[in-house]
Amino acid sequence: MIMEKLKENITTDSIWNLMEDIYDPEIPVLSIIDLGIIRDVQIDNDNIEVFITPTYSGCPAMDVISLNIRMSLLQNGFTNIKITQQLSPAWTTDWMTPQGKEKLKAYGIAPPVEKSFDQKYLEELKVECPLCHSKNTKVISQFGSTACKALYQCNDCLEPFDYFKCH
Amino acid sequence: MQNDLFTYTLHLADNNLLMGHRLSEWTGHGPMLEQDIAISNIALDLIGQSRNFYQYAATLRKDSATEDSLAYLRDTREFKNLLIAEIPNGDWAKTIMKLFLFSTWQFYLFQQLINSSDKQLAEIAEKSLKEVTYHVRWSSEWVIRLGDGTEESNKRIKAALEEVWPFTGEMFLPTEYEKSLLNTHVSVNVSDIRNSWNSKVKLVLEEATLEYPENKNTWMNTGGKNGVHTEHLGYMLAEMQFLQRAYPGCEW
Repeated sequence: MIMEKLKENITTDSIWNLMEDIYDPEIPVLSIIDLGIIRDVQIDNDNIEVFITPTYSGCPAMDVISLNIRMSLLQNGFTNIKITQQLSPAWTTDWMTPQGKEKLKAYGIAPPVEKSFDQKYLEELKVECPLCHSKNTKVISQFGSTACKALYQCNDCLEPFDYFKCH
Repeated sequence: MQNDLFTYTLHLADNNLLMGHRLSEWTGHGPMLEQDIAISNIALDLIGQSRNFYQYAATLRKDSATEDSLAYLRDTREFKNLLIAEIPNGDWAKTIMKLFLFSTWQFYLFQQLINSSDKQLAEIAEKSLKEVTYHVRWSSEWVIRLGDGTEESNKRIKAALEEVWPFTGEMFLPTEYEKSLLNTHVSVNVSDIRNSWNSKVKLVLEEATLEYPENKNTWMNTGGKNGVHTEHLGYMLAEMQFLQRAYPGCEW
Protein backbone atom coordinates (compact mmCIF):
# COMPACT_ATOMS: atom_id res chain seq x y z
CA MET A 1 0.00 0.00 0.00
CA ILE A 2 2.66 2.45 1.01
CA MET A 3 4.58 1.57 -2.11
CA GLU A 4 1.52 2.19 -4.25
CA LYS A 5 1.07 5.58 -2.68
CA LEU A 6 4.68 6.47 -3.13
CA LYS A 7 4.64 5.65 -6.78
CA GLU A 8 1.62 7.80 -7.53
CA ASN A 9 3.58 10.84 -6.57
CA ILE A 10 6.67 9.91 -8.47
CA THR A 11 7.63 12.31 -11.18
CA THR A 12 10.79 12.42 -13.21
CA ASP A 13 11.82 15.37 -11.05
CA SER A 14 11.69 13.30 -7.92
CA ILE A 15 13.77 10.60 -9.60
CA TRP A 16 16.38 13.22 -10.42
CA ASN A 17 16.35 14.24 -6.75
CA LEU A 18 16.85 10.64 -5.75
CA MET A 19 19.98 10.49 -7.93
CA GLU A 20 21.54 13.31 -5.97
CA ASP A 21 22.06 10.85 -3.15
CA ILE A 22 23.96 8.36 -5.28
CA TYR A 23 27.68 8.95 -5.16
CA ASP A 24 30.62 8.01 -7.30
CA PRO A 25 32.24 5.13 -5.37
CA GLU A 26 35.74 6.30 -6.29
CA ILE A 27 35.23 10.02 -5.68
CA PRO A 28 32.70 9.89 -2.86
CA VAL A 29 32.14 13.65 -2.71
CA LEU A 30 30.54 13.70 -6.15
CA SER A 31 26.98 12.62 -6.80
CA ILE A 32 26.17 11.15 -10.17
CA ILE A 33 24.26 14.37 -10.88
CA ASP A 34 27.40 16.42 -10.12
CA LEU A 35 29.29 14.19 -12.54
CA GLY A 36 26.72 14.77 -15.26
CA ILE A 37 26.41 11.13 -16.24
CA ILE A 38 22.62 10.83 -16.01
CA ARG A 39 21.30 11.70 -19.47
CA ASP A 40 17.61 11.03 -19.13
CA VAL A 41 14.90 9.50 -16.97
CA GLN A 42 11.70 8.13 -18.49
CA ILE A 43 8.71 6.86 -16.59
CA ASP A 44 5.92 4.91 -18.20
CA ASN A 45 3.42 3.56 -15.66
CA ASP A 46 5.36 0.95 -13.74
CA ASN A 47 8.40 1.07 -15.94
CA ILE A 48 11.32 3.32 -15.40
CA GLU A 49 14.31 3.72 -17.65
CA VAL A 50 17.45 5.59 -16.68
CA PHE A 51 20.01 6.53 -19.32
CA ILE A 52 23.57 6.79 -18.08
CA THR A 53 26.73 7.59 -19.96
CA PRO A 54 30.17 6.33 -18.92
CA THR A 55 32.90 8.83 -18.11
CA TYR A 56 35.58 6.49 -19.49
CA SER A 57 34.98 3.25 -21.40
CA GLY A 58 36.77 1.15 -18.82
CA CYS A 59 35.58 2.96 -15.71
CA PRO A 60 34.91 0.20 -13.15
CA ALA A 61 32.75 2.59 -11.13
CA MET A 62 30.02 2.40 -13.78
CA ASP A 63 28.92 -1.09 -12.77
CA VAL A 64 28.70 -0.05 -9.13
CA ILE A 65 26.83 3.11 -10.05
CA SER A 66 24.28 1.15 -12.11
CA LEU A 67 23.79 -1.21 -9.20
CA ASN A 68 23.29 1.67 -6.78
CA ILE A 69 20.73 3.32 -9.05
CA ARG A 70 18.85 0.04 -9.21
CA MET A 71 18.95 -0.36 -5.42
CA SER A 72 17.73 3.14 -4.85
CA LEU A 73 14.83 2.72 -7.26
CA LEU A 74 13.92 -0.65 -5.75
CA GLN A 75 13.82 0.91 -2.31
CA ASN A 76 11.43 3.48 -3.70
CA GLY A 77 9.00 0.93 -4.97
CA PHE A 78 10.04 0.46 -8.56
CA THR A 79 10.43 -3.04 -9.86
CA ASN A 80 10.56 -2.67 -13.62
CA ILE A 81 13.84 -0.88 -13.90
CA LYS A 82 15.93 -0.57 -17.00
CA ILE A 83 19.33 1.09 -16.99
CA THR A 84 20.56 1.87 -20.46
CA GLN A 85 24.07 2.86 -21.35
CA GLN A 86 24.12 5.76 -23.75
CA LEU A 87 27.45 6.39 -25.47
CA SER A 88 26.59 9.36 -27.64
CA PRO A 89 27.08 12.24 -27.27
CA ALA A 90 30.21 11.14 -25.43
CA TRP A 91 30.54 12.41 -21.88
CA THR A 92 32.67 15.47 -21.43
CA THR A 93 33.91 17.15 -18.28
CA ASP A 94 31.86 20.18 -19.38
CA TRP A 95 28.81 18.30 -18.11
CA MET A 96 30.11 18.33 -14.57
CA THR A 97 28.08 20.83 -12.54
CA PRO A 98 29.72 23.96 -11.07
CA GLN A 99 28.83 22.64 -7.59
CA GLY A 100 30.55 19.39 -8.51
CA LYS A 101 33.70 21.26 -9.46
CA GLU A 102 33.66 23.14 -6.14
CA LYS A 103 33.20 19.91 -4.21
CA LEU A 104 36.13 18.33 -6.03
CA LYS A 105 38.38 21.24 -5.20
CA ALA A 106 37.42 21.16 -1.52
CA TYR A 107 38.21 17.43 -1.58
CA GLY A 108 41.75 18.11 -2.83
CA ILE A 109 41.26 17.17 -6.49
CA ALA A 110 41.80 19.94 -9.02
CA PRO A 111 38.61 20.23 -11.10
CA PRO A 112 38.74 20.15 -14.92
CA VAL A 113 39.72 23.53 -16.29
CA GLU A 114 37.18 25.29 -18.49
CA LYS A 115 36.20 23.73 -21.80
CA SER A 116 37.18 20.26 -22.75
CA PHE A 117 39.30 18.80 -25.33
CA ASP A 118 41.77 19.85 -27.91
CA GLN A 119 45.42 19.11 -28.34
CA LYS A 120 46.71 22.67 -28.12
CA TYR A 121 44.62 23.37 -25.09
CA LEU A 122 46.03 20.34 -23.31
CA GLU A 123 49.56 21.54 -23.91
CA GLU A 124 48.97 25.06 -22.63
CA LEU A 125 46.88 23.97 -19.70
CA LYS A 126 47.45 25.72 -16.37
CA VAL A 127 46.09 23.71 -13.49
CA GLU A 128 45.61 25.34 -10.10
CA CYS A 129 46.93 23.55 -7.03
CA PRO A 130 43.87 22.70 -4.90
CA LEU A 131 45.92 23.19 -1.73
CA CYS A 132 47.81 26.49 -2.09
CA HIS A 133 46.04 27.76 -5.26
CA SER A 134 49.27 28.39 -7.11
CA LYS A 135 49.11 28.01 -10.87
CA ASN A 136 52.78 27.13 -10.97
CA THR A 137 52.22 23.39 -11.32
CA LYS A 138 53.51 20.62 -13.52
CA VAL A 139 52.12 17.41 -14.92
CA ILE A 140 53.73 14.26 -13.54
CA SER A 141 51.63 11.85 -15.56
CA GLN A 142 48.55 12.10 -17.79
CA PHE A 143 47.27 9.01 -16.00
CA GLY A 144 46.45 9.03 -12.30
CA SER A 145 44.79 6.95 -9.62
CA THR A 146 41.67 6.43 -11.74
CA ALA A 147 40.96 6.60 -15.46
CA CYS A 148 39.52 10.11 -15.12
CA LYS A 149 42.48 11.72 -13.36
CA ALA A 150 45.98 12.95 -14.16
CA LEU A 151 48.79 13.35 -11.68
CA TYR A 152 50.19 16.84 -11.03
CA GLN A 153 52.61 18.45 -8.66
CA CYS A 154 52.68 22.00 -7.34
CA ASN A 155 56.04 23.74 -7.88
CA ASP A 156 55.37 26.11 -4.96
CA CYS A 157 54.04 23.99 -2.12
CA LEU A 158 55.54 20.84 -3.70
CA GLU A 159 52.44 18.76 -2.95
CA PRO A 160 51.44 16.19 -5.55
CA PHE A 161 47.74 16.23 -6.37
CA ASP A 162 45.13 14.63 -8.61
CA TYR A 163 43.66 16.59 -11.47
CA PHE A 164 40.30 15.56 -12.94
CA LYS A 165 41.36 15.72 -16.55
CA CYS A 166 39.44 17.38 -19.32
CA HIS A 167 37.74 15.00 -21.60
CA MET B 1 25.97 -8.64 -44.48
CA GLN B 2 24.87 -9.20 -40.89
CA ASN B 3 27.60 -11.78 -40.58
CA ASP B 4 30.20 -9.37 -41.95
CA LEU B 5 29.11 -6.74 -39.47
CA PHE B 6 29.48 -9.28 -36.68
CA THR B 7 32.97 -10.26 -37.83
CA TYR B 8 34.01 -6.62 -38.28
CA THR B 9 32.80 -5.75 -34.79
CA LEU B 10 34.72 -8.73 -33.42
CA HIS B 11 37.84 -7.57 -35.24
CA LEU B 12 37.55 -4.20 -33.49
CA ALA B 13 36.79 -5.80 -30.14
CA ASP B 14 39.59 -8.37 -30.39
CA ASN B 15 42.20 -5.71 -31.21
CA ASN B 16 41.31 -3.91 -28.03
CA LEU B 17 40.99 -6.92 -25.78
CA LEU B 18 44.34 -8.42 -26.75
CA MET B 19 46.30 -5.17 -26.74
CA GLY B 20 44.67 -4.30 -23.41
CA HIS B 21 45.47 -7.71 -21.97
CA ARG B 22 49.09 -7.49 -23.09
CA LEU B 23 49.49 -4.05 -21.51
CA SER B 24 47.93 -5.28 -18.29
CA GLU B 25 50.82 -7.75 -17.99
CA TRP B 26 52.86 -4.70 -16.95
CA THR B 27 50.63 -3.98 -13.96
CA GLY B 28 52.86 -4.21 -10.92
CA HIS B 29 55.97 -4.45 -13.12
CA GLY B 30 56.23 -0.96 -14.63
CA PRO B 31 59.62 0.76 -14.57
CA MET B 32 58.30 3.32 -12.07
CA LEU B 33 55.05 3.81 -10.22
CA GLU B 34 53.61 6.58 -12.42
CA GLN B 35 54.27 4.64 -15.59
CA ASP B 36 52.91 1.44 -14.09
CA ILE B 37 49.71 3.36 -13.36
CA ALA B 38 49.68 4.94 -16.81
CA ILE B 39 50.03 1.69 -18.72
CA SER B 40 47.45 -0.01 -16.51
CA ASN B 41 45.05 2.87 -17.16
CA ILE B 42 45.56 2.51 -20.89
CA ALA B 43 44.93 -1.23 -20.57
CA LEU B 44 41.71 -0.42 -18.73
CA ASP B 45 40.58 1.99 -21.46
CA LEU B 46 41.24 -0.60 -24.15
CA ILE B 47 39.45 -3.39 -22.33
CA GLY B 48 36.53 -1.05 -21.60
CA GLN B 49 36.30 -0.22 -25.30
CA SER B 50 36.45 -3.90 -26.18
CA ARG B 51 33.48 -4.51 -23.86
CA ASN B 52 31.45 -1.96 -25.80
CA PHE B 53 32.30 -3.69 -29.06
CA TYR B 54 31.62 -7.20 -27.66
CA GLN B 55 28.30 -6.16 -26.15
CA TYR B 56 27.28 -4.84 -29.53
CA ALA B 57 28.57 -7.94 -31.33
CA ALA B 58 26.51 -10.12 -28.97
CA THR B 59 23.32 -8.27 -29.97
CA LEU B 60 24.02 -9.10 -33.63
CA ARG B 61 23.69 -12.82 -32.90
CA LYS B 62 20.50 -14.77 -32.63
CA ASP B 63 22.15 -17.24 -30.25
CA SER B 64 22.95 -16.83 -26.58
CA ALA B 65 26.28 -15.03 -27.15
CA THR B 66 27.30 -12.53 -24.49
CA GLU B 67 30.30 -10.24 -24.17
CA ASP B 68 31.85 -12.85 -21.88
CA SER B 69 31.28 -15.83 -24.15
CA LEU B 70 32.79 -13.89 -27.04
CA ALA B 71 35.90 -12.97 -25.06
CA TYR B 72 36.39 -16.18 -23.13
CA LEU B 73 34.99 -19.04 -25.16
CA ARG B 74 36.32 -18.57 -28.66
CA ASP B 75 39.44 -20.25 -30.01
CA THR B 76 42.38 -18.69 -31.82
CA ARG B 77 41.00 -19.10 -35.34
CA GLU B 78 37.89 -17.17 -34.35
CA PHE B 79 39.90 -14.18 -33.15
CA LYS B 80 40.19 -11.45 -35.80
CA ASN B 81 42.69 -9.10 -34.19
CA LEU B 82 45.75 -7.56 -35.78
CA LEU B 83 48.88 -9.57 -35.01
CA ILE B 84 50.50 -6.52 -33.44
CA ALA B 85 47.97 -6.78 -30.60
CA GLU B 86 48.99 -10.32 -29.64
CA ILE B 87 52.78 -10.41 -29.99
CA PRO B 88 54.61 -10.52 -26.65
CA ASN B 89 55.55 -7.32 -24.83
CA GLY B 90 59.30 -7.83 -24.83
CA ASP B 91 61.02 -5.00 -22.97
CA TRP B 92 59.53 -1.59 -22.18
CA ALA B 93 60.74 -0.18 -25.51
CA LYS B 94 59.00 -2.87 -27.53
CA THR B 95 55.77 -2.46 -25.57
CA ILE B 96 55.91 1.30 -26.16
CA MET B 97 56.60 0.86 -29.88
CA LYS B 98 53.71 -1.59 -30.27
CA LEU B 99 51.36 0.75 -28.47
CA PHE B 100 52.53 3.80 -30.39
CA LEU B 101 52.09 2.24 -33.84
CA PHE B 102 48.78 0.64 -32.85
CA SER B 103 47.28 3.68 -31.09
CA THR B 104 48.18 5.96 -33.97
CA TRP B 105 46.38 3.55 -36.30
CA GLN B 106 43.39 3.42 -33.95
CA PHE B 107 43.31 7.19 -33.79
CA TYR B 108 42.85 7.57 -37.56
CA LEU B 109 40.55 4.56 -37.74
CA PHE B 110 38.17 5.90 -35.09
CA GLN B 111 38.29 9.35 -36.63
CA GLN B 112 36.71 7.76 -39.70
CA LEU B 113 34.51 5.26 -37.89
CA ILE B 114 32.70 8.17 -36.23
CA ASN B 115 31.06 8.68 -39.64
CA SER B 116 30.00 5.04 -39.96
CA SER B 117 26.42 4.49 -41.08
CA ASP B 118 26.23 1.97 -38.25
CA LYS B 119 25.10 4.10 -35.34
CA GLN B 120 26.47 1.89 -32.59
CA LEU B 121 29.94 1.56 -34.12
CA ALA B 122 30.00 5.33 -34.65
CA GLU B 123 29.09 5.95 -31.00
CA ILE B 124 31.72 3.57 -29.65
CA ALA B 125 34.30 5.22 -31.92
CA GLU B 126 33.32 8.67 -30.68
CA LYS B 127 33.74 7.57 -27.08
CA SER B 128 36.99 5.69 -27.72
CA LEU B 129 38.66 8.41 -29.76
CA LYS B 130 38.98 10.68 -26.74
CA GLU B 131 40.80 7.97 -24.83
CA VAL B 132 42.99 6.95 -27.76
CA THR B 133 44.13 10.57 -28.14
CA TYR B 134 45.73 10.25 -24.71
CA HIS B 135 47.30 6.92 -25.66
CA VAL B 136 48.90 8.42 -28.77
CA ARG B 137 50.31 11.33 -26.79
CA TRP B 138 51.69 9.18 -24.02
CA SER B 139 53.29 6.59 -26.29
CA SER B 140 54.70 9.29 -28.64
CA GLU B 141 56.35 11.00 -25.70
CA TRP B 142 57.93 7.70 -24.69
CA VAL B 143 59.19 6.90 -28.19
CA ILE B 144 60.86 10.33 -28.27
CA ARG B 145 62.23 9.99 -24.75
CA LEU B 146 63.78 6.60 -25.49
CA GLY B 147 65.00 7.44 -28.98
CA ASP B 148 66.52 10.73 -28.00
CA GLY B 149 67.67 9.46 -24.62
CA THR B 150 70.72 7.47 -23.65
CA GLU B 151 72.77 5.19 -25.85
CA GLU B 152 71.11 2.19 -24.26
CA SER B 153 67.54 3.48 -24.62
CA ASN B 154 68.21 4.44 -28.23
CA LYS B 155 69.54 0.95 -28.94
CA ARG B 156 66.45 -0.62 -27.37
CA ILE B 157 63.84 1.46 -29.16
CA LYS B 158 65.66 1.03 -32.46
CA ALA B 159 65.57 -2.74 -32.01
CA ALA B 160 61.90 -2.47 -31.04
CA LEU B 161 61.08 -0.60 -34.23
CA GLU B 162 62.78 -3.25 -36.32
CA GLU B 163 60.94 -5.99 -34.51
CA VAL B 164 57.46 -4.45 -34.56
CA TRP B 165 57.49 -2.80 -37.99
CA PRO B 166 56.80 -6.05 -39.91
CA PHE B 167 53.46 -6.23 -38.09
CA THR B 168 52.19 -2.88 -39.38
CA GLY B 169 51.40 -3.79 -43.00
CA GLU B 170 48.29 -5.70 -42.05
CA MET B 171 46.71 -2.56 -40.57
CA PHE B 172 46.07 -1.17 -44.03
CA LEU B 173 45.02 -4.32 -45.89
CA PRO B 174 41.23 -4.59 -45.97
CA THR B 175 39.74 -8.05 -45.52
CA GLU B 176 36.72 -9.36 -47.42
CA TYR B 177 34.39 -8.50 -44.54
CA GLU B 178 35.69 -4.94 -44.42
CA LYS B 179 35.33 -4.56 -48.18
CA SER B 180 31.78 -5.86 -48.20
CA LEU B 181 30.80 -3.29 -45.56
CA LEU B 182 32.30 -0.39 -47.51
CA ASN B 183 29.37 0.01 -49.91
CA THR B 184 26.99 0.69 -47.06
CA HIS B 185 29.54 2.99 -45.35
CA VAL B 186 29.70 0.80 -42.27
CA SER B 187 33.42 0.04 -42.24
CA VAL B 188 36.44 2.27 -42.66
CA ASN B 189 38.57 1.85 -45.76
CA VAL B 190 41.83 1.19 -43.97
CA SER B 191 43.95 1.80 -47.05
CA ASP B 192 42.75 5.44 -46.88
CA ILE B 193 44.23 6.08 -43.45
CA ARG B 194 47.71 4.90 -44.37
CA ASN B 195 48.98 8.34 -45.39
CA SER B 196 47.87 10.05 -42.20
CA TRP B 197 49.40 7.24 -40.19
CA ASN B 198 52.68 7.44 -42.14
CA SER B 199 53.01 11.19 -41.61
CA LYS B 200 52.31 11.04 -37.90
CA VAL B 201 54.66 8.10 -37.33
CA LYS B 202 57.38 9.74 -39.39
CA LEU B 203 57.10 12.95 -37.40
CA VAL B 204 57.48 11.20 -34.06
CA LEU B 205 60.30 8.93 -35.23
CA GLU B 206 62.22 11.92 -36.58
CA GLU B 207 61.89 13.71 -33.27
CA ALA B 208 63.09 10.53 -31.61
CA THR B 209 66.15 10.54 -33.94
CA LEU B 210 65.01 7.23 -35.41
CA GLU B 211 65.08 6.35 -39.07
CA TYR B 212 61.69 5.85 -40.67
CA PRO B 213 61.79 2.42 -42.32
CA GLU B 214 59.76 3.37 -45.41
CA ASN B 215 62.20 2.34 -48.12
CA LYS B 216 63.18 -0.98 -46.70
CA ASN B 217 60.42 -2.91 -48.41
CA THR B 218 60.00 -5.06 -45.33
CA TRP B 219 58.18 -8.38 -45.59
CA MET B 220 54.96 -7.97 -43.63
CA ASN B 221 53.26 -10.53 -41.39
CA THR B 222 49.55 -10.82 -42.13
CA GLY B 223 46.65 -13.09 -41.30
CA GLY B 224 45.40 -12.00 -37.89
CA LYS B 225 42.35 -10.24 -39.28
CA ASN B 226 41.32 -13.48 -40.94
CA GLY B 227 41.99 -15.66 -37.93
CA VAL B 228 45.48 -16.88 -38.84
CA HIS B 229 47.65 -16.03 -35.87
CA THR B 230 51.12 -16.28 -34.42
CA GLU B 231 51.78 -19.04 -31.90
CA HIS B 232 51.62 -16.44 -29.14
CA LEU B 233 47.85 -16.05 -29.23
CA GLY B 234 47.28 -19.63 -28.14
CA TYR B 235 49.38 -19.18 -25.01
CA MET B 236 47.67 -15.92 -24.28
CA LEU B 237 44.17 -17.36 -24.59
CA ALA B 238 45.13 -20.38 -22.52
CA GLU B 239 45.92 -18.05 -19.65
CA MET B 240 43.14 -15.54 -20.24
CA GLN B 241 40.38 -18.09 -20.76
CA PHE B 242 41.46 -20.66 -18.20
CA LEU B 243 38.93 -19.75 -15.54
CA GLN B 244 35.86 -19.71 -17.79
CA ARG B 245 36.94 -22.96 -19.45
CA ALA B 246 37.60 -24.73 -16.17
CA TYR B 247 34.62 -23.29 -14.31
CA PRO B 248 32.00 -22.44 -16.94
CA GLY B 249 29.81 -19.50 -16.00
CA CYS B 250 31.92 -18.65 -12.96
CA GLU B 251 31.26 -15.20 -11.51
CA TRP B 252 32.47 -13.33 -8.46
